[in-house]
Amino acid sequence: MIRYILQRLFGMIVVMFLVLTIVFVILRVTPGDPAAVMLGPDATAQDIAELRSRLGLDQSLGVQYVYYIGQVLRGDLGQSIFLNIPVTSALLDRAEPTFFLTLFSLVIASVIALPVGIYAAYRRGSFVDQAATTLAMLAASIPSFWLGLILMQFFAVRLNLFPVSGYGGPGSTFLDRMYHLTLPAVALGVVSSALILRFTRASMLDVLGEDYIRTARSKGVIERRVVLKHAFKNALIPILTVLGLTAAVLVSGAVVTETVFGLPGVGNLVVSAVLRRDYPVIQGALLVIAALYVLINFAIDMLYLAVDPRVRY
Amino acid sequence: MTDITIKTQPSERSKFIRRFLKRKTVAAGMIVLVLFVLLAIFAPLIAPYSPSKLSIVNRLKPPSELHWFGTDEFGRDVLSRTIYAGRLSLLVGAAVMSLSAVIGVTLGLLAGFFKQLDTPIARLIDAMMAFPEILLAIALVAALGPSLTTVIIALSVVYAPRLARTVRASTLVIRELPYIEAAKALGISTPHIMTRHVLRNLISPILVQGTFLFASAMLAEAGLSFLGLGVSPDIPTWGTMISAGRQYIGQADWMTLFPGFAIILSVLSLQMVGDGLRDMLDPRLRRDL
Repeated sequence: MIRYILQRLFGMIVVMFLVLTIVFVILRVTPGDPAAVMLGPDATAQDIAELRSRLGLDQSLGVQYVYYIGQVLRGDLGQSIFLNIPVTSALLDRAEPTFFLTLFSLVIASVIALPVGIYAAYRRGSFVDQAATTLAMLAASIPSFWLGLILMQFFAVRLNLFPVSGYGGPGSTFLDRMYHLTLPAVALGVVSSALILRFTRASMLDVLGEDYIRTARSKGVIERRVVLKHAFKNALIPILTVLGLTAAVLVSGAVVTETVFGLPGVGNLVVSAVLRRDYPVIQGALLVIAALYVLINFAIDMLYLAVDPRVRY
Repeated sequence: MTDITIKTQPSERSKFIRRFLKRKTVAAGMIVLVLFVLLAIFAPLIAPYSPSKLSIVNRLKPPSELHWFGTDEFGRDVLSRTIYAGRLSLLVGAAVMSLSAVIGVTLGLLAGFFKQLDTPIARLIDAMMAFPEILLAIALVAALGPSLTTVIIALSVVYAPRLARTVRASTLVIRELPYIEAAKALGISTPHIMTRHVLRNLISPILVQGTFLFASAMLAEAGLSFLGLGVSPDIPTWGTMISAGRQYIGQADWMTLFPGFAIILSVLSLQMVGDGLRDMLDPRLRRDL
C-alpha cells in the first residue's frame, strides 16, 4: 500500500510540474511582446524595456523557465502589474468569497442531488425517476450566469429578499456574508446538481443489483436500512469522485457567477486581470487553482483507501 | 411461372437510425436541433428584421405583434438577433467539436497504440484537465487576444484532452483484441491498422462525447462572451446578447430571457441526442436489444 501511495505521489508531482510548464507556456504564446501588450499603446520604449527586465523577458526562454520554476518553488508568484502587490497576497485577499461560494454551492447541489438520485435509482423507471433525469438534463443546460441574473432580478430586485450584489461591508458578520452568497450559490448549485444526481443514480443502480442487497432483503432487513446503509454506503466511492469533480466545475462556474453578483473573489480578480492584461495575476490564479485540483484528486484517491476496504494495492 | 419478389432487408444502418429516432427524447432533441440549424442557415429569409437595423423610436419595446421578442436598447428586433446569433453560437460549437476531435483523437490514438508515448501523453492530459475549463479558456484568450478564431482555438485546446482520454482508454482495450493481432500478423502497416481497424471501432464513443462537447462549447462560448472576453460585443451571439441585456434587466428582461432560452433549448436538445446515442451504442445500457 505504501508503494501505491508513493507511486501516486510521484505521479502527482509529475502532473504538477507539467501544470507549471503549461502555465509558463501560455504567457509565451502571446503574439508580440508581452511587456508591450501589458503596458498598452501609450507606453514608452523605456517603460517597455524596464518591464521586460523586471519580468525577465530579456533573458533566453530556458533561463526564464528555470527562473520561473525556482520562483514558484519559493512560493513567489510574481508581482501584480496593476495592483502593485505580490500575486500571492492578491489571491489570498480574494480567496474567501470563492472558497465559500464553491463550498456553499456544493452543499446545495448535494442536498438536491443525493436524495433525489437515491430515490430515482430505488424507483427506477417510475415517474419520479423519469422526471428527475429530465430535470437534471435541463439543469445542466442552463448557463449559471443567466440563472444568476434571473434569480437576482426576481429575488433581489423585485422581492427584495436578498442583496443584489457584493459580499457585505468590511466589518460584516459571517452570516451576513453567507446571506450575500445565497443567490449565487443557488444558481451554481442548481446547475451543477445535475452531474451529482446522474452519478448518484447510476452508482446506486449498480449497487442495488448486487447479491448482498438481495441477501440483506432476504434476511428481513428493513427497506430503508437496505437502501441507506447497505447500498448507499457502497455507492459512495463514485459519488465522492464526482463531488471532487463538481468542485472543479464549480470553480469554473464561480469565475462567471462572481462577475454577475459583483463578488470580490478570485474569479472577479482573474476577469479584471484579463481586461487589464495583468498577466502575472492570470498565471498565478491558473497555477494555484490547477494545483488545488491535483491535490484534491490525490486526497480523494487516498480517501478511497480509507473508505473502501476492497481497495488495496 | 410465378414472380419472385425479392424483399430487400433494411440495412443495419437504417435499422439503427429508425431505432434511434423511435426514442421520444431523442426524436424531440433531433427536431429542435434541426430547427436551430435551419434557422441559422436560413436566417436572412426567416428573421423578420435585419439584426442590425436601428430604430430609436422603438427602444426597449416589450414583446408585441410587431416584435415577438421585443426590442433592445437600440430598437433592434430581439427575435431577429436571436436567430442570427444562433449562427455564431452553433458555428463555435461545431468548430470546437471538430478541432478538438482532430487533436484529441490523434493524441488518444498515439497514446493508446504506442506504449512509449503513453505515459507522457497521459500525464499531459492529466495536467491539462487540472485547469478549470473556463479559466484555461480565459487565459488562452487573454494570451492570444479576443476574437472568434481565438475562442474556437482556446476552447478546442480545453476540450481536446477530454476526448483524448476517452480515445486512449478505448484504444488500449482494442489494441489487445485478436483481430488487431491478426492484422499485424498479416503485415498490415501500423497507420493502416490505426485508422481502418482501431479508429473505426471508436466512432461511437467519439460521436457520443462529441455531442456533449458541442453542448459544453456553446455554454462556454456564451460565458466568455458574457464576460466580454469572447467575440466583439457588436457581433450578436447569445452570450453577448445576455451581456448587453444585463444592464437593462430591470426594465427590459426580454433582452436577457430569450437568448437564454435559446441557449438552454439548443444545449438541452444536444444533450438529449447525446444521451440517446450513448444508450444505444453502449451495449451495457441497451434495453432494446
